[in-house]
Amino acid sequence: MTQDYEPLSLNVPEPGCRPGDTPDFSDFEIPRAGAVPRPPIDVDPDKIRDMAFSIVRVLNKEGAAVGEWAGALSADELRKGLRHMMTLRSFDARMLTAQRQGKTSFYMQHLGEEAVSCAFARALEPGDMNFPTYRQAGLLIANDYPMLTMMNQIYSNADDPLHGRQLPIMYSSKEHGFFSISGNLGTQFVQSVGWAMASAISGDTKIATAWIGDGSTAENDFHAAMVFASTYKAPVVMNIVNNQWAISTFQGIARGGVGTFAARGHGFGIASIRVDGNDYLAVHAVAKWAAERARRGLGPTLIEHVTYRAGGHSTSDDPSAYRAGDEAAAWPLGDPLERLKTHLITIGEWSEERHAQAEAEILAEVTAVQKQAESVGTLGDGKAPSPRDMFEGVYETMPSHLIRQRQEAGY
Amino acid sequence: MANMTMIEAIRDAHDVAMEADDKVVVFGEDVGFFGGVFRCTAGLQEKYGSSRCFDAPINESGIVGAAIGMAAYGLKPVIEIQFADYVYPAYDQIVSEAARLRHRSNGDFTCPLVIRMPTGGGIFGGQTHSQSPEAIFTHVSGLKVVIPSNPADAKGLLLSSIADPDPVIFLEPKRLYNGPFDGHHDRPLTSWKKHELGDVPAGDNSIPLGKAHVVREGADVTVLAYGTMVYVAEAAAEEAGVDAEVIDLRTLLPLDLDTITDSVKKTGRCVIVHEATRTCGFGAELMSLVQESCFYHLEAPMIRVTGWDTPYPHAQEWEYFPGPARVGAALKKVMED
Repeated sequence: MTQDYEPLSLNVPEPGCRPGDTPDFSDFEIPRAGAVPRPPIDVDPDKIRDMAFSIVRVLNKEGAAVGEWAGALSADELRKGLRHMMTLRSFDARMLTAQRQGKTSFYMQHLGEEAVSCAFARALEPGDMNFPTYRQAGLLIANDYPMLTMMNQIYSNADDPLHGRQLPIMYSSKEHGFFSISGNLGTQFVQSVGWAMASAISGDTKIATAWIGDGSTAENDFHAAMVFASTYKAPVVMNIVNNQWAISTFQGIARGGVGTFAARGHGFGIASIRVDGNDYLAVHAVAKWAAERARRGLGPTLIEHVTYRAGGHSTSDDPSAYRAGDEAAAWPLGDPLERLKTHLITIGEWSEERHAQAEAEILAEVTAVQKQAESVGTLGDGKAPSPRDMFEGVYETMPSHLIRQRQEAGY
Repeated sequence: MANMTMIEAIRDAHDVAMEADDKVVVFGEDVGFFGGVFRCTAGLQEKYGSSRCFDAPINESGIVGAAIGMAAYGLKPVIEIQFADYVYPAYDQIVSEAARLRHRSNGDFTCPLVIRMPTGGGIFGGQTHSQSPEAIFTHVSGLKVVIPSNPADAKGLLLSSIADPDPVIFLEPKRLYNGPFDGHHDRPLTSWKKHELGDVPAGDNSIPLGKAHVVREGADVTVLAYGTMVYVAEAAAEEAGVDAEVIDLRTLLPLDLDTITDSVKKTGRCVIVHEATRTCGFGAELMSLVQESCFYHLEAPMIRVTGWDTPYPHAQEWEYFPGPARVGAALKKVMED
């Protein structure tokens, strides 16, 4: 009889703290740096199942690089990496201000997540293709994509390579291995698998990388991508950037009770690893491992980058409405720039003076580029893409109905 | 020249394209070893290998999404959605991605992709094996939408679709796979064998996209149709004794407006026929365009004969399907107005 049962209730997960609360990450388990071993690249995914529940970390609290994942990068490469991250942060700050000043309609920062895309980019080869979300501009910065072109896109001015058709930050560069960004979440995750399948079909040696945030793993295309990658053993590195937040929604809403996002790879037989997303050396080492695995035809790898979205979701978002104001400062994996800086100083390859000097140089460079971009135009001010252009590129050849509409519009 | 069913013609088009260009890859559910539930890809895996023609997981979004990635790489995927009724899980990939990739990247990335899908009713397919979803694609900028009505067109239009640099939705009226059908379900089935439209030229006989075909010349009324309804319209014209000019549109987007307006300006009357539901169906666009282009030539209000605004029923198949009686009545009415 039904009276034997208690009424059912709906489980709606809640984050540990809300505005006004004291941030508490005490139940967030962080393994010691160097504790996770580095398996051979041809490892059976089944043998490294525990890696989806731990975190690969290289930099310890003292700023030393320790364990089997350490030692892959020279001091020069690390200094370059630091510069990339500093450039991205400086770029973000300038563009955030530019949006507040009304020079563009929209911007999204990478604050706190700079290591993920900057370090990853350096693990790839020319010709590989990233399928990024809107929060991996480090892939462009670290591949020496011109900042001026990025700003022209953000300002939708006459030199915007996308001719004003796209929302700011939705970059595209085939040449720099950066697939056209779409506003529709998760779509690119499965497209990257198709790109990788095409490389395999063609007998190529190029690999693809997939990118998705923690929130978007709930999208159907995440599942589709995992099935296709697994079934066809596609040469793809699949990245989940777990920054704890999907706009206002904490990652527990997307995770569905599973311990980690990386653990989702197990059901598909995909090698799955969690990495400290704020540890430049760890991200790079894991990326290199996974890329090598893909390039040798050993199959896909799923990487969960554990990080924290220190900034607002976008310029249209105010995080103080849904999370504790000082949560970013309490994040136990710290700040990726500070950690790499400390490491370089620890090993005697950097100093506070050099850092301050680099900061000043970068700011001067970004400011100069910004002036140059703004001299062309900003949104609604200065030289703009031709309205005639919006009719172009819908098809390779403009069909007659579009020609008629263009004429009707007066262009 | 060989006599073929529409299925064989579609298979032949794949064969010709795959032979000519190793960038053409074919996949979908049951498409590989088995050769497709309708046999449209039979033998291709055996001939070209499993990296050129292969089975896919049952995930339409995955099939289309992976194909977009392949197209971005530089391949030319020709993929199958088993029934048009099952394309909806892939709608995001088609609308948000395939259709817009060229425009949003300013040509940096393109999507030369063909999405084949059996469409239409008249086969007791019920709700999910009978739909005609063309209007949800013709509304999308960046797509092309093609629907053949006979084996020769199916081959020629599919070859053009594969060669096309933009994404093409290729709708195959499954009711026409084995033979023409004029809506007289109580009569014996006819086959493409021994039918003149079953004669398909060998090799590459591309038929350009965006060109309609006048299948029956007439002076009194223009009938705009495509797919199965081409034969229904022809039969209705004969039976109603109306001198109708029947136009098989063949490509819905981009549309051959010139052929349509030339005809309507000649006849002064227009009946639009499709199986799809009426409200916001492609017929509404056709009616608007004819009204805009031929207003002063029209001697009567245009009439749409379409499926009803209901889900496609099972038992009531022939009350739903716009058969020759309904089309014939519309032809008579438009002549009386």
